[in-house]
Amino acid sequence: MNTAPLSAWIDGIGFLAPGLPDWPSARAVLRGEQAIGSTAAALQAPAILPPAERRRASRVVKLALTIGLEAAAHAGADITKLATVFAASGADGHNCHALCEQLASDDRQISPTRFHNSVHNAAAGYWGIATQSQAPCQVICAYDASFGAGLLDVLGQVVVDRQPTLLIAYDSEYPEPLHSKRPLPDVAGIALLLTPERSARSLARMAVSLDDSVPTTMAENALEALRAAVPALRGLPLLDLLARGEAGSISLDYLPPLQLRVDLQPC
Amino acid sequence: MTPQLISGYTATTCLGHGLDATLAALRDGRSGLKPCAFETVRLDTWIGEVAAVDDQKLPEMLAEYDCRNNRLAALALETDGFAERVRAATTRYGKRRIGVFVGTSTAGILQTELAYRRRDPATGALPADFNYRTTHNAFSLAEFTRAYFALEGPAFSVSTACSSSAKVFAAAARLLDCGVIDAAVVGGVDSLCLTTLYGFASLELTSARPCRPYDATRDGISVAEGAAFALLERAPASPPAGAVLLLGAGESSDAYHMSAPHPEGHGARLAMEGALRSAGLNAADIDYINLHGTATPANDAAEGKAVAALFGERVPCSSTKGATGHTLGAAGAVEAVICALALTHDLLPGSPGTETPDPAIPLDYLLSSRNQPIRRALSNSFGFGGSNCSLILGVAP
Repeated sequence: MNTAPLSAWIDGIGFLAPGLPDWPSARAVLRGEQAIGSTAAALQAPAILPPAERRRASRVVKLALTIGLEAAAHAGADITKLATVFAASGADGHNCHALCEQLASDDRQISPTRFHNSVHNAAAGYWGIATQSQAPCQVICAYDASFGAGLLDVLGQVVVDRQPTLLIAYDSEYPEPLHSKRPLPDVAGIALLLTPERSARSLARMAVSLDDSVPTTMAENALEALRAAVPALRGLPLLDLLARGEAGSISLDYLPPLQLRVDLQPC
Repeated sequence: MTPQLISGYTATTCLGHGLDATLAALRDGRSGLKPCAFETVRLDTWIGEVAAVDDQKLPEMLAEYDCRNNRLAALALETDGFAERVRAATTRYGKRRIGVFVGTSTAGILQTELAYRRRDPATGALPADFNYRTTHNAFSLAEFTRAYFALEGPAFSVSTACSSSAKVFAAAARLLDCGVIDAAVVGGVDSLCLTTLYGFASLELTSARPCRPYDATRDGISVAEGAAFALLERAPASPPAGAVLLLGAGESSDAYHMSAPHPEGHGARLAMEGALRSAGLNAADIDYINLHGTATPANDAAEGKAVAALFGERVPCSSTKGATGHTLGAAGAVEAVICALALTHDLLPGSPGTETPDPAIPLDYLLSSRNQPIRRALSNSFGFGGSNCSLILGVAP
């Protein structure tokens, strides 16, 4: 590959995973200052959702909005103008199961809300309604490679379109019987606000290139288990460097053998 | 945007397999829609079904990807010499330097719907032969297309409902622009399934007749399937006469409602303005608009307001969904290919099924096809969740 790396500044982080309810707690665990919690991921519908949408908000919607809002607030960004890239390895698993179950029954008259919640971009649609942002909004799926795919598209927008762009990478579990075919453990996700120019809030500068590097793993077993089990958490090695405020070079799992090499320089 | 060369393209819909069949049907003003008799679906509606999808065999090595969506993808890839063009590009650039970015809304979910009828009566388990990753998951289409050509470059699926395969052109153009890739296979494939047929019916958005875009009496969509692919490369400084170019792309969000467009078409207008800005063009530079035109009362009214506000009644425009039906996640790519045909064959496509253009929508709406040289065409694609994308294609003089 003879391509110059794609560069961006990281201005904000959002995080949610089982035992790690937000970025400050994840940061403390990554820094070795506290132990990972043992509770399932806790979800709340963000207050900025209008009442009708709050009632209909599923687990993926709550998850995506929560981490996206955390990263935007961390960066001090104006959510009403932010371009977004949603990256998820699947849509709303519970809704999908309910639809398939009903379509296999004698009564196929599914509910309109179930149908519009079935689209892969449901969380992105709720984000738009909640934030009133009319900015471009991308929604990507690349199965286990979804984090890397989302990061690549965000970098394209930051580098080419020169606009701050929010990556919201998230995953949610399927109930049985789909769970046996796609065993995702729980809701979890990472949000990163990337910008083309350094700001007072910038945490670090990243330079990303595609290569054949061996993906970086997490030293701590519980964190490595999360990285391996949840596609959206393939970005954990990057958060590890950010938590420690360390410069370094890591490899994020994308489409083996094609990986994302990330060189990080803290501000 | 730096103009990108569209060096190869193909489309397969209910109008037929490939460009010749598509062009002939568009010229003759034919529709491919027929009353719904798909699978066990019993709905009073018309659909666009591609002929002989289930006769398509996948290469043995890719047998695990077998499902209606990937059969339709393979069928399209083997039409119009598209696969040969991709292989030639692979020789030129190397398999690492070619990206695969494709749009789909439901991928192979029909496979899951059918598997749910075969659950183990005791345990509820899905059958062992059901493969979630290679059929149901939205990435299955991108992974299949990538594996089909043994490509090793970056890949993802875009799934923003009915704007999906317009947005892949924008994403590929960005990665070409920043040098990550030298070429991209882009496109969209969506295939008939129970989720979309019963889903659109539940929203009362399907018509009991063939859809009639922009007609005063329009009352809903005709759900359809389709596949279209294009090969994007960086354009040479002086593209050869007749070369088709991607000149601009604009993306926006309605931020209004999950399944209804903004009534004033605000998001639609932002997408069209974004595409013009990205192409460095003015409204007066556009010679034809391929409308999203789903034929629901709300979509056509909202889109019509936005188009009329930006372009007035000067630009001939039409929705081709009366011919193809609404191919959902494939619509962006199918209609980009229709624009490419319009640009290279001096064709302004008409709107089969539409008889009386809605007098409340002041546009130069094309009822029947006519011959007229055009230089630049704009294509609109809007989706659930308020996702909008407009593309501008041009032909080199």
